[in-house]
Amino acid sequence: MRCFIGIDLGSTTTKAVVMDENLHVLGRGITNSRSNYDTAAAVSKQEALVDTRLTLFRRALAGVPEVSGRVGEILADLERNFRRVQFLEQLDDLERTCIVNVQGPRFAGRETAVIDVLEETFRRLREHSAALFAPGARRKSDFFRDLAGSDFMQIGEAVCRDAGIGFDLILNVYDKSIITVENRPPAGDMEGKFLRALEQAKLDAGLVEKPVRDALAIPLEETYVVGTGYGRVRLPFPKEHIRSEILCHGLGAHMMYPGTRTVLDIGGQDTKGIQVDPSGIVENFQMNDRCAAGCGRYLGYIADEMNMGLHELGPLAMASTKQVRINSTCTVFAGAELRDRLALGEKREDILAGLHRAIILRAMSILSRAGGVKDQFTFTGGVAKNEAAVRELRKLIKENYGDVQINIDPDSIYTGALGGATFAVRAVVN
Amino acid sequence: MSDAVKEPSMLLQKEMIAKNYEAITSKNETGRKVASTFVPGNLNELLMCFGIVNNLPEINAIQNGMRKLSGSYIMEAEKGGHSEDVCTYVKADIGMMGKGNIAPNGKPFPEPDVLLLSYTGCYTFMKWFELLREQYKCPTLMLHVPYEGDGHATKNMRDYIVRQLREVVIPGLEQVSGVKFDIDRLREALRLSAQAEEHLVWTLEQGKRKPSPIDAYFGGVYYIGPIFTAFRGTPEAIAYYEALRKEVQARIDAGQGPVTPDGGSFDDQKYRLVVEGPPNWTNFREFWKMFYDEGAVVVASSYTKVGGMYDLGFRHDPDHPLESLADYCLGCYTNRNLPTRIDILAKYVEEYEADGLLINSIKSCNSFSAGQLMIMKEVERKTGKPGAFIETDLVDPRYFSAANVKNRLESYFQMIEQKRRGAAKAA
Repeated sequence: MRCFIGIDLGSTTTKAVVMDENLHVLGRGITNSRSNYDTAAAVSKQEALVDTRLTLFRRALAGVPEVSGRVGEILADLERNFRRVQFLEQLDDLERTCIVNVQGPRFAGRETAVIDVLEETFRRLREHSAALFAPGARRKSDFFRDLAGSDFMQIGEAVCRDAGIGFDLILNVYDKSIITVENRPPAGDMEGKFLRALEQAKLDAGLVEKPVRDALAIPLEETYVVGTGYGRVRLPFPKEHIRSEILCHGLGAHMMYPGTRTVLDIGGQDTKGIQVDPSGIVENFQMNDRCAAGCGRYLGYIADEMNMGLHELGPLAMASTKQVRINSTCTVFAGAELRDRLALGEKREDILAGLHRAIILRAMSILSRAGGVKDQFTFTGGVAKNEAAVRELRKLIKENYGDVQINIDPDSIYTGALGGATFAVRAVVN
Repeated sequence: MSDAVKEPSMLLQKEMIAKNYEAITSKNETGRKVASTFVPGNLNELLMCFGIVNNLPEINAIQNGMRKLSGSYIMEAEKGGHSEDVCTYVKADIGMMGKGNIAPNGKPFPEPDVLLLSYTGCYTFMKWFELLREQYKCPTLMLHVPYEGDGHATKNMRDYIVRQLREVVIPGLEQVSGVKFDIDRLREALRLSAQAEEHLVWTLEQGKRKPSPIDAYFGGVYYIGPIFTAFRGTPEAIAYYEALRKEVQARIDAGQGPVTPDGGSFDDQKYRLVVEGPPNWTNFREFWKMFYDEGAVVVASSYTKVGGMYDLGFRHDPDHPLESLADYCLGCYTNRNLPTRIDILAKYVEEYEADGLLINSIKSCNSFSAGQLMIMKEVERKTGKPGAFIETDLVDPRYFSAANVKNRLESYFQMIEQKRRGAAKAA
């Protein structure tokens, strides 16, 4: 079948969306952008194609009356097993790479001992992977680096202690190797991995196998790919396949909410205010210039400063009862203000609430530069997932622009890629 | 990057500029007097009447920007206590003085004999010359040009300037130079000015053609060179413009676009733009390339009017010499108020059939950048054409973020393209 793909190479994450020729979204994929945009593009595309396969399975299983009502569960089981197959494959790659990297003066005379420790660590990692992908297991992240990394730290340290070897030795090998493995283009044979996953799947194997195999046999043809985002020039395709992320975000927001007239996108390193016409064509835009204060990275930095996960910031800020005023939107200065307020005895949640407000105040200024907020207003980008940021935004929009319908799609992080995929369809179909 | 391809007129101008630097730096041998003065409202013809050589600190800053020297000069000035927000032309000049005050010809700049401050529109000029006066302890002549706050000049303003010329500037220059003022000499220079101005207007108006045989911004800064600097009122300027016209005419005849620094003519013009604001000088060629690589040609710009709005009909007039110098000063683009700037830019978008207005806002220019966002919105409203806003700096390399500027420009061009397609579909 013909697939139209949009890839949005952001500074933090790379997103891909696969569409069919009728502008229906078939799949979405996301990965961390790393320092290697080529690999990030390839991985996100593969992830979107994996998701596309799941959509095709869902469609195929819709025709099997015996599994009616349990399709979601069956697919979740299949996906978990697929993820584990994929994870184990990358883990093997990481182990091989680590062992190759055990060389040089710092290991002199201890190579065998270090390799033994590594092999034992990876054996336990493989064993633990079953729990990682068990039904109901909560994973902090789906990126290999995060999954393998946090386990490696815990398990590796224990193994080293038992063996009487310094953990820093294998940590050094790990750090070197994870970058290599992460930057290697993804292994192919997605279909083979699904078949292996199917073998391990527990639910209704007999009923499911035929429709899943049939769906796997449908070739996914990459008819047209459009790239956008900061890394777009790195994409290995011709210029006409590259669109600015302003256009893609405008069109993507229109695809999600056709009534959209104003779009706010807060990404990792930029904040965009975009006005679109009734057909999703960009009329005007403004972006932060010369300074990335108040962008997504700001929250990333604050999370590091507070020793928290990025996704924990919003929920904690929501618990605030009193807002601490943070004046600086300068990322670095905000760090200083944060420590200052902590020293004054302010609560973390109250300070965080103030920081979220600071970000949104900056966005409000960009919105007014872009011509204000018109009904409907669509908020996109990674920060749109942050409930505390959304709460402040709603407040300030209401204060400044009155009653405006505010749209936030749970998949808003894919807005740019969605716009890109739509451009891809238009390039071929129209 | 290969060496920039230059047209014969550019080389001719280069020789002229070199000759002027030679005249400035050899003043101690030749005994000629040197005046430091500014581009907008520059009174070159008047200085010529006294045999005074014209040295323009802004042009020195531009030269140093293009020759990648301004960055270290600016840091030198900052070491001396000039803050980060100060106009970078000023800091490049002050820093150059701190680092030996070497002219582009490699020889030291001599001390000026007079500072002629005919300040038009830019309030920083006054502070700049205060610093120079402190350094050089030479006479300062100030010509106060009233701002056209109501959008037009009055007879009162003109009389006020003429009176200052008669009572302050001319006697002052006589004293500095020891030469008696001869109004017929001024008339002769103004006659030559008007001829060169005629050529300049013809050149800039060729931007109305499709394809445009000129780039009215990146190419435009060369076209305005002689008239905006030390050559207005000289036969050399006329010779330059005759050569320039021939080149432009040849491109018109061949249906070609302007020559880019990469060589070859830029014919495949997809977007026609009007640009407001000066170019960035530290990354001039890289900046220009971002336009022609994407098919964007600038058909009109306001920067090419900061040293005189000849396209609106003004010419220096030998029959009314002092009055026409007054009118010239009053009418420079920098001395116009915001509503007038909006009208001028909207008119350019329409008359030059442009796709929209692009503003390059200058980070360190407080007097000229203020209000530009409003200008953009108003021009958009009046013309129905989309505008865009980028920010760079004059000569501070730290404020040119190539990736960001390119990203915004590409977005703007694609937005124009998308709007066109949308319009075509609707029709």
